[in-house]
Formats: sequence, C-alpha cells, structure tokens
Amino acid sequence: MKILVAVKRVIDYNVRVRVKEDGSGVVTENIKMSSNPPDDNAIEEAVKIKEAGKATEIIAITVGEEKSQETVRKALAVGADRGILVKVDGIVEPLAVAKVLQKIVDKEKPDLVFMGKQAIDDDCNQTGQMLSALLNWPQATFASKIEIKDKILRVTREIDEGLETIEVNVPAIVTCDLRLNEPRYASLPNIMKAKKKPLEVLSASDLGVDITPRLQQIKVEEPPKRKAGIKVTSVAELVNKLKNEAKVI
Amino acid sequence: MPREAMDYDVVIVGGGPSGLSTAIKLKQLDPELNVCLLEKASEIGAHILSGNIFETKALDELFPNWKELNAPVKTKVTKEKFLFLGKTKSLSWPTWLLPSVQKNHKNYIISLANLCRWLAKQAEALGVEIFPGFPASEILYNEDGSVKGVATQDMGIDKEGKQKDNFEPGIDLLGKVTVFAEGCRGHLGKKLIEKFNLDEGKDPQQYGIGFKEIWEIDEKKHEEGMVMHTVGWPLDNNTYGGSFMYHAENKQIFLGYVIGLDYKNPHLSPFDEFQRFKTHPSIKNIIEGGKRISYGARALIEGGLQSLPKMFMPGALLIGCDAGTLNMPKIKGSHTAMKTGMIAADTINYHFKHRDNLSVYEKLFKESWVYKELYRARNVKPSFSWGLILGIIFTGIDQILFRGKLPLTLKHKHADHETLKSANEMPKIDYPKPDGVITFDKTSSVYLTGTNHEDNQPVHLQLKDSNLPISYTLEKFDEPAQRYCPAGVYEIQRENNINKFVINSQNCIHCKTCDIKEPSQNITWVTPEGSGGPKYGNM
Amino acid sequence: MSVLLIAEHNNKEIKPFTFNAITAASQIETDLHVLLIGNNCGDIAKSLSEMSAVKKVLHAEAAHYENYLAENFAPLVVKVSENYSHIVSSANTFGKNLMPRVAALLDTSQISDIIKVISPDTFLRPIYAGNALATVKSTDTKKCITIRPTSFEPCETSGGSALIEKIEAAAEFSLSKFIKREEVKSDRPELGTARVVIAGGRGMQNGENFKLINAVADKLNAAIGASRAAVDAGYISNEHQVGQTGKVVVPDLYIAVGISGAIQHLAGMKESKIIVAINKDGEAPIFSIADYGLEADLFEALPQLLEELNKLNTIQR
Ligand SMILES: Cc1cc2nc3c(=O)[nH]c(=O)nc-3n(C[C@H](O)[C@H](O)[C@H](O)COP(=O)(O)OP(=O)(O)OC[C@H]3O[C@@H](n4cnc5c(N)ncnc54)[C@H](O)[C@@H]3O)c2cc1C
Ligand code: SF4
Repeated sequence: MKILVAVKRVIDYNVRVRVKEDGSGVVTENIKMSSNPPDDNAIEEAVKIKEAGKATEIIAITVGEEKSQETVRKALAVGADRGILVKVDGIVEPLAVAKVLQKIVDKEKPDLVFMGKQAIDDDCNQTGQMLSALLNWPQATFASKIEIKDKILRVTREIDEGLETIEVNVPAIVTCDLRLNEPRYASLPNIMKAKKKPLEVLSASDLGVDITPRLQQIKVEEPPKRKAGIKVTSVAELVNKLKNEAKVI
Repeated sequence: MPREAMDYDVVIVGGGPSGLSTAIKLKQLDPELNVCLLEKASEIGAHILSGNIFETKALDELFPNWKELNAPVKTKVTKEKFLFLGKTKSLSWPTWLLPSVQKNHKNYIISLANLCRWLAKQAEALGVEIFPGFPASEILYNEDGSVKGVATQDMGIDKEGKQKDNFEPGIDLLGKVTVFAEGCRGHLGKKLIEKFNLDEGKDPQQYGIGFKEIWEIDEKKHEEGMVMHTVGWPLDNNTYGGSFMYHAENKQIFLGYVIGLDYKNPHLSPFDEFQRFKTHPSIKNIIEGGKRISYGARALIEGGLQSLPKMFMPGALLIGCDAGTLNMPKIKGSHTAMKTGMIAADTINYHFKHRDNLSVYEKLFKESWVYKELYRARNVKPSFSWGLILGIIFTGIDQILFRGKLPLTLKHKHADHETLKSANEMPKIDYPKPDGVITFDKTSSVYLTGTNHEDNQPVHLQLKDSNLPISYTLEKFDEPAQRYCPAGVYEIQRENNINKFVINSQNCIHCKTCDIKEPSQNITWVTPEGSGGPKYGNM
Repeated sequence: MSVLLIAEHNNKEIKPFTFNAITAASQIETDLHVLLIGNNCGDIAKSLSEMSAVKKVLHAEAAHYENYLAENFAPLVVKVSENYSHIVSSANTFGKNLMPRVAALLDTSQISDIIKVISPDTFLRPIYAGNALATVKSTDTKKCITIRPTSFEPCETSGGSALIEKIEAAAEFSLSKFIKREEVKSDRPELGTARVVIAGGRGMQNGENFKLINAVADKLNAAIGASRAAVDAGYISNEHQVGQTGKVVVPDLYIAVGISGAIQHLAGMKESKIIVAINKDGEAPIFSIADYGLEADLFEALPQLLEELNKLNTIQR
C-alpha cells in the first residue's frame, strides 16, 4: 500500500497572530512558521501503518511557496520516504489544492491519502472532503482511530455527539484529528537522512491546474475588543440578569 | 541502552552570532571539515534578543561583500541623543561630550535575530549542519578529562521522568573540538568554568537583565536611523541601568531597558521599572498612539575583562557571551562575540594543522581588536558601583581624557546573587498598575513572546533545596524571584493559609536571570525539551 | 434565486443547529428551501414546513439515508442544487463533512464558518482560531456556505406552512459504510460543544472545592472548564483546560470562577456570547471582558448561585 500525506506550512500555533494595518491579511514576516498540527498526526499515522508492515511507501506533499519545503522535510524526517512540493505563490484555496492533489493522485496512484482535518490558518476544513469528491473516493473525516483490515479501513470519527465508526474501502481519504495519535519527534540522524531523501518540485501550471482564487479577500481585521460589561452586586441580581436580560439560562 | 553517537570535527553549541561565526569561518578556512551546530530554539534566531546597534567590524572581516549578499544590515544610525531623565524632566547631553565608545554614527540598527538567520543561511550554504530544536544538555568527557562532545536532550520524558510513548533518546555528538557559544550564562558554560577552574583569579562575573519591546509607532514620530539612550529615572542613583530606543525600519522602534543585576533592593522589579519608564513624558510622547508588537527579555554579561574566564580547555573553547566578551560601555557584544567566534575557528584550524593544544586561543585573542576594546572599557562598569553620578564623572575622565588608558583596573567586588539586602531593611516600591496601552502586565507580555513548553516534561528550573524558597528566601527577601523573573514564572501562592512556591515553567523565556540572581544560587536553569521557549521574530 | 438549506436530524428530531442555520440562510435570501434527506422522517418534514422562515421543504427518503454519510448525501444535494444560488448548512461536524464534498462537485470555492451575512455574496468569517476576521466575497455563481451556529439566533419553529415536495433519492455510494454511533452518555456535555461552561481557577484553592462548581454545572447542564493554573496546581485534569494551550470554547454562557483572566486563558474563551466573572479581586483582568462581574468570595457566591438557580421554574437545557 502507498500512502500520500498532504501537509501545510502555517504560522506556529504558539505565535500570536497580528493583523496587518492595511487590512490585507496577517503579518507573516519575522514570524515562526511550523507544520499544521493535525498534519503531524497524519504523518505519524502513516508511519505507524508502514511500521506495522501494512504500507510500503509514504509520500509527503505540500502545495505552497518555496519555503514550504521545510514542512515536507520535517515529514521526511519522521518517516516519509519522499516528498513533493507543488510551488504556488499567494493564497491557494482548498478547492485549488484539492485539484492539485487530484493530479498527483492520478500520477502516483496511492491507496490512501491522509491529511489534517483543518489548517489552523484559514480554518477552512475542506481539502480532504473536496479531494474525495473529485476522485469519487470514500472520505473518513476527523479520524481519531484507524484500523486496517485488508482493503477496508475502519475509522472512528470525532463528531459533535461523540464517536462514529464507519468502514471505507481503499482507496480512501482520511482527515486526521489531533486525538489520533501522539506525533513522534524527529531524531537528529533522521533529520540528516531526510536531507538526502528525494524531493520533487513541481508547479501548478506543470500539472495544468488553474489555481486562481474564487474568493476575494476584501479585508482582514482584528476581532472587536470585548468591553467590560457591568458589575452586579449580588448573586440574585446576576441570576436575574442572566435569565431576563441575556436570556441564556 | 547506549545512545547513538555521531562524529564531527567540530561541534558547536549555540546558534548566536558567536557560534555561527565560528562555523562559517571554519568552513572558509577548510571546506573539508565536518561541522555541526546545535541550537535549542525551534529555529535559528527564535531565542535571540538584542538591542541592537551593530558594529560591522567583525562582519566586514567575515564577509567583506556582506552588502552584496544582502545581509539584513540596512538602517544606518543617523542621529543620536543621550538623555538624563528626572521624574518629569529630561536633560539632553550634548553628543560631542559622549565618550567615543558611545558614539554610533558608523553603526547600524539591526535585528540580531534576523542577522543570525542570515548567517545560518550562509553557514548552511558552506556545508555546516545546523540542528535547531536540539539543546545540548550534557557535556561528555574523555577518560583523560578532556571534553569529548555533548549529548542532546532526551525528548518525550514525562513530569515524573518516565519515558512517554514518543520517547526519543538524545544522541552523543562527538567533536575533536567542541565550541560552547550559548550566550550569556550558558548552562554548560557554567559547568565548564567550574570544572576547569576557568575563572581562577578573576573577579566575580557581573550581569544585567535587558528588556526589549518592539513598537509600531506613528509615522510622524518615527525617525528611521535615530538612536536614543537614557539614564536616570525611574532608577535611583544606586541602581545601574538605562534605556535604549532605536528607530528601525518599517515604522518600528526597538525600545528597551537594561538593569544591573547587582541591585540591592529585593522589592525592586526590573519588569515594572521598565514599564514605569515608558510613562516618562519624553518616551510616552513617542509611543503614544503606537502599538506594542513584541516583548522579551534576556540577561547580559557585563563583567568585561576583569571577569573574563580563560576561554580554552582541553578539547573545548568558550566564546562570545558564554565567556563574557560584551563591551559594557558600548552595550555591544555582537561584534565581539562574532570576532571571538572567528578567533576560535582560527585556533581550531591551527590546532588541526599543527596538532597543538588549544592554548593559541589566548595569544590570538590578546592580539585582536576585541582585547584592546575590552581593555579600554574595563573600568566603566565597576565605577558605577559608586553610583550613577560618580560613575559618569569617572567614566568621563577615564574614557574621554584618558581613552581607557588609565593605569589602574577597578575590581568587581561581589557576585550579583550576593548583593540583595534583606527585605525589611529596604523600602517597598509601589509600582503603578499597568494601563494596557503604554504599560502592561507580565502575562500579556509573555503572550507576545509565543513561549511554550510541552506540558508533560520535567520542570527545567531545578531547585537544589525545594524548601528554601518558602523557609528562607520568602522570609528574608520576600522571594524576589516573583519580581526579577520577566515572565512571571515564579509565584508565591497562598493556599489554605500555607505558602507554596509555584514554578510556571512553561512561561520561561530563557533569560537566565533566576540562575544568576537567586540569593542562595538555589535555582538552576537546565535545558528543556527542544524547541521549547520563546519564538522571537525580529528581536 | 433561492437558497437551499440542508437539515441535520436523526430521523426523529431536528438537530438544534439547524435552527440557527435557517436564520442565517434566511438572511441571505428570503426564499429559503430546506432539503431533508433521511429515512422515515415524515414528522421532521412536517415540523420544518411549520417554520415561518421556510418556504418549501424538499424531502427525499431512502434506506441508505438512515444514517448520514456525506458520500450518500452529496450527490443528491448536487442534483437538487440546480435551482439555487446558495447552499447552506451549519458548520458543525455534519456540515463540515458534507458541504466541501458538495462544493467540489459543483466546482465552487466554499466559504466556511461564517459569522455574519454582509450581502448575498459577501460574508464575515473568523480565521486563525478567531484571532482575525476576514471579509470574503465569492465570485462563484453558486455559493456553498457553512455557518457558525452560535453566531445566529435559532429560528421560529412555527408560523409557517410550507409545501412539502417529495423528491427522488440518489443512488447509494457503496464504498463507505456506517457502522455505529456512540453518543457520549456522559452526564455532562462536552467542553468543546457545551452551551454553558463553568470554569474554575486557582481561586478554587483545591480539587475538593470543585464540587461547588459541579453542583452548579449539574443545574445548568454545563461542561466544566479550568484555567491552566488550576490544572497545573493539580485541582483538575488537563482535559478541562481552556485557553491558548487548552481548548477554545464558544459557549452561550461562560462562568469564570476564581479565574484571574490571564490573556492565555482569555484566548480560549473570549468569543463566548455571555461571560460572567466571579472573583474577589475587583482588579482581576477577567472583569475587563465580563458582561456581568460579581466581586465576591466564591465560597459564598457559588452556594448562593445554586440556591438562586433552584428558585427558577425553568432553566434552558
Ligand atoms: C537587551 C539587550 C540589548 C543589547 N544590545 C546590543 C547592541 O545594541 N549591540 C550589540 O552589539 N550587542 C547588544 N547586546 C548584546 C548581544 O546581544 C550579545 O552580546 C550577543 O547576542 C552575544 O552573542 P552570542 O553568540 O555569544 O550569544 P547569544 O546571542 O546569546 O546566542 C546563544 C545561542 O545559543 C543558544 N543556546 C544556548 N544554550 C544552548 C544549549 N545548551 N544548546 C543549544 N543551544 C543553546 C541560544 O538559544 C542562542 O540562540 C544586547 C543584549 C541585550 C540582552
Ligand atoms: S524562569 Fe528564569 S530563565 Fe526563565 S524567564 Fe524566569 S528568570 Fe528567565
């Protein structure tokens, strides 16, 4: 079995995001970037499957600017066998990413495609589902447990009400939840080895995909600052306000 | 289980200006050498915090074509001011009366973190292997006692010290020579100084704590290239310190404050002094209407030549601020750090070619301009132990009239952890509440550093005696850790009428102040899991 | 053109977020039709038709719609979508799973998790976990949108009499199979999705005292949260942690008890609709973002709160 894992480079989750003054986006200069956290879970799961002898090759792919190579290298350092960077500049919407991935799937013919359930920058939560639609493959989203039996994947999904279990036939798309596993650390020798693993660089136009955005980002602003409300003097007053003014209890 | 080992010609610990310069120079001298560099931060530059007015002397030597190579050294200093602050007034000191060491017209305003990122790129292009996210946690020795290399930190150990599922053992990095370039108060450097008695016959080392905030200010108030320093308010005459304000690119100013860690009053809170300083009319006017975008703090090493330990030992070298090569009157250590790093490379190259020991370092160092600089500067910091006014008068005579050539050398008498007086002898200080616009509290400041440490790992701030903070330090000094830590790591928590000493280690921004100032030297900073700590941008 | 809303239900009852989604959809375009896909869910079709905002109900039934699978739903939505300018659902795990599949099949770029309708083609949505808001305008002719339920009021459930139109089911997708759903039968709602959260901080002084919080939580059917300080002090386990390094929650009501309000905590709850702070330190930063602040000793306030809640005839669940 061959597994394709899609990863994304995003602003590190510990870094406070700052909106640009001109409203054109958020500041990314001088900001620490990292791999999207649930993408780490996706890689980890693929590596576990390979270690269990159920997969033969893991390909890490990213669609992004030149520097996104770092994110692919990180995936290579924790166990992916080779990498692909599809170079694009500026905003790429999930639909465009899904189309790029579709081309790569056509070429590489993986049995499974893994990725994080959501990127912590645009918070779209779309790419995996879109790719499954384009390929007409099953989709197992928000996975917190994966079991493989031959050509069938039994996936536990995190849903609002609790947990749902589904079975999907391979080939399939899985989007991963943070609860799926605990990603490993890249060891020093593996980081060195990763530098030597093959990384193919392509461009969206090589693949014949039109990535023109369909959404115009008109402006990006800071959320309004919350203002202090009122002080109440007693618990009775508080309950009364919650019941009759805020109507939340 | 024996740990994996990797062999190198040279292992460098620390990706600051000194370590990176060693790496680059080594490869320039001999491209065949195998050189690796470890950095505890998640990426090069993420733990670097500095003013920074940069003297290009060392960079000119390392990369004569640095301009063509597009080094992030762009903003020339164009205008300079020096102010004495009173509570509401300020007195401007004519710059022609400044000692030449404090003049900056040939220098640049830079982000040292970004310069390090650029240096790292050059180093990688030359074939240096750089490993960010891998703290060196331990020194390895040969049987003959010489340094053999370092071990990296184990990853995936839980609070109790047990291995987690994702445990990843550290590995041994063995170097024919190991270079320690951890910056001020390196935790391995500290051990080496002790083990090899490197500070024998030297004065106790001196430190300061430096704060820095980056503000984006109103275009009209911004004068790119302008630098301003102040002394005086809010510190009293007996506390050594002052501020800097550098107008950098993109409407940003680098605003900072440095306070000598030899302060005596345990009630003093360096963080709050800095916050209060910003309310002075001559500062407030500039930042008002602007926005604070970054915050951080880092200790500086100020002892100079009198406190500078021997920098070589069997199998290893100690360079830059890990040894203590900062030029205090200039408050500049980047160029000297770089130069000592380059001297280290020369030394190693010589050592490999002539199979000699590393003692040539001493000779090369003494012949270099760094030594001359530090020699001239040697009396400035100790003279301030007489107070600001006398210090300035002496410095004027020493630096302007005699250009540092006075035939005497003043001594540093005490280590910084010895200077605190007991809490009840010293006045309490009432700091104003932060307004959230000009002045801030610690937690919202730490938030801007992006600092974090994986939750479930051993606390990296170790207490030699866990009872001491409550039984002694609280009683005697009102536990000053609550105040000197710039990140609010230490708290005294009253729970059911019992005092508890709480260490919020995940907030630590790796400034090393606690390791320096704790009156009983009870706190030891050790390396946390890799990538932990702040995520500074253009600090 | 009209807007099509996809209802979420379990064949017996409508899932509450559908009500919020209906409100959002009717703000885009008043000619709102609801697509109901299920098995033996005639009652639901009827309830939907009675909602004043709903102009028409499209009702498809089939055995393979018994359990919701995006792979089965999407083709039908696509088939029906021809006459609609917008397709809308809630941005919970139902809508998040389904809508992108629909959008890709229609070749349109989806707009996820909107919190405001600015105009029929322009919407406001949070990015970077709510640390920034983006105004986005769609250039696609058909727009696929998911809405953040807590940003829209639930709709009226009566006052309407929409036509129910039966439509044909689409073919079954045989490569995915529903196995089971385990609703978490915890006595308490989950922290991430609870309507009410009550959280304790270091002011609680010890783990034992959290029973005061539990009692109020039982009464309000609230989930229990905690500040990092309380977790670090060992009062409560870390899955309760709210904040920058814990969970981000957006409940209708967040009650912070004995929490100072460090910015790292606020990062995890400041988007809550109503925030209540109970703290004896009147200067605590939490008061600067609280809608209702009570400066009081929590050990007195919490028992009183329980008492006052007991006096109420009804409490929203
Ligand atoms: C507030 C302030 C203002 C200053 N202003 C100026 C100025 O205007 N001009 C000027 O020239 N200088 C200035 N300096 C001084 C200057 O920053 C230092 O002299 C210089 O950074 C020293 O370089 P270094 O390479 O020795 O150490 P550092 O820059 O401290 O670098 C050490 C590196 O090693 C890493 N490290 C440490 N321990 C380990 C370990 N065990 N394992 C792996 N990695 C490790 C650290 O994370 C860090 O990246 C200022 C300093 C401060 C604090
Ligand atoms: S704990 Fe020590 S090293 Fe960490 S920020 Fe506080 S004083 Fe600095």
